[in-house]
Amino acid sequence: MTLLDFARGPGLQWSVAIFVFGLLWRLVGIFFLRTKPDLSEPRNPAKWKGLRLIALRSWPRKEFLEGTAFGEVMGYTFHLGFLVALFFYVPHLLFFESVFEGLLGTDFEGIFGFRWPVLPTAAITFLSAVSVAALVAVLIHRITNPVKRLISNFDDYFSWLLTVAPLATGLLAYAHAGGIRYETLLGTHILSAEVLLVWFPFSKLIHAFTIFAARGATGMIFERKGASL
Amino acid sequence: MATSTLGEYLRARGVSRRQFLRFCATSASLMALPPSMVPRIAAALEVARRPSVIWLPFQECTGCTESITRAHGATIESLIFEAISLDYQHTLQAAAGEAAEHAREKAMKDNWGKYLLIVDGSIPTANPGYGTIAGVSNLEMLKEAASGCAAVVAVGSCAAFGGIPQANPNPTGAVSVSDVVKDKPIINISGCPPIPVVITGTLVQYLTFGKIPELDALGRPKAFYGQNIHDRCYRRPFYERGQFAESFDDEGAKKGWCLFKLGCKGPVTYNACATTKWNNGTSFPIEAGHGCIGCSEPKFWDKGGFYQPLSAGDWGSGRTIAAAAGAGVVLGAAAAALGRKRQKDVEAKQS
Ligand code: SF4
Repeated sequence: MTLLDFARGPGLQWSVAIFVFGLLWRLVGIFFLRTKPDLSEPRNPAKWKGLRLIALRSWPRKEFLEGTAFGEVMGYTFHLGFLVALFFYVPHLLFFESVFEGLLGTDFEGIFGFRWPVLPTAAITFLSAVSVAALVAVLIHRITNPVKRLISNFDDYFSWLLTVAPLATGLLAYAHAGGIRYETLLGTHILSAEVLLVWFPFSKLIHAFTIFAARGATGMIFERKGASL
Repeated sequence: MATSTLGEYLRARGVSRRQFLRFCATSASLMALPPSMVPRIAAALEVARRPSVIWLPFQECTGCTESITRAHGATIESLIFEAISLDYQHTLQAAAGEAAEHAREKAMKDNWGKYLLIVDGSIPTANPGYGTIAGVSNLEMLKEAASGCAAVVAVGSCAAFGGIPQANPNPTGAVSVSDVVKDKPIINISGCPPIPVVITGTLVQYLTFGKIPELDALGRPKAFYGQNIHDRCYRRPFYERGQFAESFDDEGAKKGWCLFKLGCKGPVTYNACATTKWNNGTSFPIEAGHGCIGCSEPKFWDKGGFYQPLSAGDWGSGRTIAAAAGAGVVLGAAAAALGRKRQKDVEAKQS
């Protein structure tokens, strides 16, 4: 079995299995926790309005802009770059189509009635390169900023490495870099994504699935208490 | 045949000097050699003695022999092929039965240590009876013939890697030449079938330089298998632009867009199809409108569907993932229940 065969077969099956297992464990575990009963009189009965916090916290606040601008810009850059490369690159789309077909027996168009849009390879290459640059910038920022360095642990650095790896190996595979055989580069790229999947649910990366719910929950608590959002 | 060198043989067959030099130039460019090497190739071929060749066909479909003999008329490639002293090839030879076997034994004895052994087809090992020639099992015959050869050329993916007979579940226990022969140089010329000029080109290279050509990690001559199809594919610009044929008869297919979505294995296939092409340089599968199936790579038969895109995953039965999901939910629910109980205990203590 070659590296690529392993990555496309058993590697994929096991990493997705671990990802699904970990993700459901943590999400079910969190969402079925009981919120502590708040016996006080609600200052504001329309607590659902607190969900606004999801949007509000996703945008920098003017007061703190000076301190947060760099992180916000770089953060948005690599998050968007990563997601666009993940979801709008043709070979990736074909991978997701295989998931749809495996699970539901039809492709994306069969389910939603329109074709998943994709971007030209050149655009994806550019975005991936920009994302890698932004990730390097945030790492340097994290190491050089004393406060950030103090609150960072292994999880942060390892998650960073596993996030940058699929982008970097993807770029290398695309460039057929260094005279290395394409299937080796492609196998490495897929494996890097699989390692990321395995690590994902057990690390801070789980924020992708909890961040908006957490912001919403906080917003609702604040709203009930009558705090300004 | 009275002629003893390749040059004499070709001249006797009416091959002009110009044709011969053109062939040498083509071979040189195929082997990525500078034009200055052409006279050297010509000189070497001119005086090359016709080497004795024993060709053993095992578990095969004869497609490789068809490829080399029927590819395109009486070209210089097929003449070169004929020009080697093919002492045994039971598809092509007139003799049969014991006479043929005697010819093989004689050729082996006369040229002990010097003959070239060409093998096409894989070797069944599950039962010696699955493949026999004149009562001798393929495995035994290969071992015997290989013991006195100078080198083995495994022609076709079956001989080189096990090929289709080895496809899952491999009922005959098929193995490749390199699984059996360990002490002789082996040149793998993979493909199902290999390109005729790649077969002859490899022989030319061997005759010209008198040694085994530079091989890649899979034992294939780098000169022909050094680059993958995708890197040399004329549809590549469409790949870069994200223009893909969605079916074999849609607008994209008519416009010649990339066949990646239709399962093309060009990006992971190493062969000379995109440059050398087939049928006297007419075209190659991708040019004819079908994706590459990766026939020159090991286990190409078992690498997912031919029409499944390269980036599609192989999900197996999906049972592992379903079980993992179930286990995750159970564990999560248990963790939540434990958390709730603790919360209640703490609250009870506080009140
Ligand atoms: S048709 Fe195949 S080999 Fe050609 S560019 Fe597309 S994927 Fe690559």
